[in-house]
Amino acid sequence: MHKNHARDAKAAPDNELLHQQDRDGIDRRGFLKCMAWAGTGAFCLIQGGVLRSYSLDGLPSFGGGHHAELSFVQLSDSHMGFDKAANPDVVGTLKAAVDKVNALPLPPAFILHTGDISHLSKPSEFDTVDQILKSARTNDVFFVPGEHDVLNDEGKQYLERYGKGTQGAGWYSFDKNGVHFVGLVNVMNLKAGGLGSFGGEQLEWLEKDVKHLSKSTPIVVFAHIPLWSVYPEWGWGTDDSAQALSYLKRFGSVTVLNGHIHQTMQKIEGNVTFHTAASTAFPQPKPGQAPSPGPMKVPADQLRSLLGVTDVTAVHGKHTLAVTDSNLT
Amino acid sequence: MKKTRFLPFWIVMFLFVLSFGANSFAASPDQKPASEVVVKIDNFSFSPATITVPAGTTVRWTNNDDIPHSVVSDNKLFKSKALDTDEQFTYKFDQPGTYSYFCGLHPKMTAKVVVQ
Repeated sequence: MHKNHARDAKAAPDNELLHQQDRDGIDRRGFLKCMAWAGTGAFCLIQGGVLRSYSLDGLPSFGGGHHAELSFVQLSDSHMGFDKAANPDVVGTLKAAVDKVNALPLPPAFILHTGDISHLSKPSEFDTVDQILKSARTNDVFFVPGEHDVLNDEGKQYLERYGKGTQGAGWYSFDKNGVHFVGLVNVMNLKAGGLGSFGGEQLEWLEKDVKHLSKSTPIVVFAHIPLWSVYPEWGWGTDDSAQALSYLKRFGSVTVLNGHIHQTMQKIEGNVTFHTAASTAFPQPKPGQAPSPGPMKVPADQLRSLLGVTDVTAVHGKHTLAVTDSNLT
Repeated sequence: MKKTRFLPFWIVMFLFVLSFGANSFAASPDQKPASEVVVKIDNFSFSPATITVPAGTTVRWTNNDDIPHSVVSDNKLFKSKALDTDEQFTYKFDQPGTYSYFCGLHPKMTAKVVVQ
């Protein structure tokens, strides 16, 4: 992070990828844009209704969260226990991610882990991740499960470890500095031929959960599988996400954070910014650019540039969310 | 000398034919030699995606991917644990019918076993 901010002053207009986002633009869904970077990362800042994204090679000047009332970090897809050629040292890369967190100018209020904590739902895998995350300079870690965390027991062990105070398969919400955070579960009861799924009970809960909030409340939704159709052919989407998002239409600022696809990607649609985070374990190919979404083997000296940490900063009052992806190099 | 060397061979052949005949005569269905068909899990797909087998066939799935997969029938008749790399799952299909199944982790992976 330090390294990236040091380059702030050199940001050239060429590095700016401009996206207009209508602040009240719930009805204006015409302007859609999807961006993907593999190997770098995205910095995203919303100001006065205009969202700007920058590649990490030329960050704009941004106060590193100093003016923000809230900043937090997203980690994802640690796959503890994975030991194949794509990354034989997932312990080392998760530790490197935590080092990145600890090097932030301001300690984040908390870490969100968007699932696939473990590779095979083994108790020792969860234990290792918990142990490593203890060294992170932050007050709290919030989790949602990935499909690798609920293997063989319908998510029983996951709930025992991380489900305290959650509903159903582990969904919950909390408020922090005026921002409403919602952790959702879309990896349970998957149906043949389908994508990620929330299910009726969870959708009902979500509708009630956000009903009482004023429309000016910034909303951050986090779940494992992307809520937008990144690439349905590979299962990268959620079948009933449209219904979930319909409950969030009236809000001025909605950010959706996901993992699962092991690469950073963004999409802006109306009032909603979708963002997927890199894995701390191994990269996966760009949509459709390989026979399957299996782990991507890259030269060892390139691996860490494809893994990462996401730093999200909310500036309360201006309803501004900035998302910064940082790789592990 | 030659004759005595050949004699055991004919005896063996005779016994073999005799035992074969006896077996086919006396065999009950559960004594049939078990047949097995292999389905590979490669690149996030079941291969072959459709197999047609006679009743009584055991299907053996082997995961060749670096990512775990599972074998779950649509109607929950059979369900494997998550199979890590090189792990296997078998199920014996006794009744004719079409058995659709998918991967519980990656439900876009679908396939079927047709039992005749």
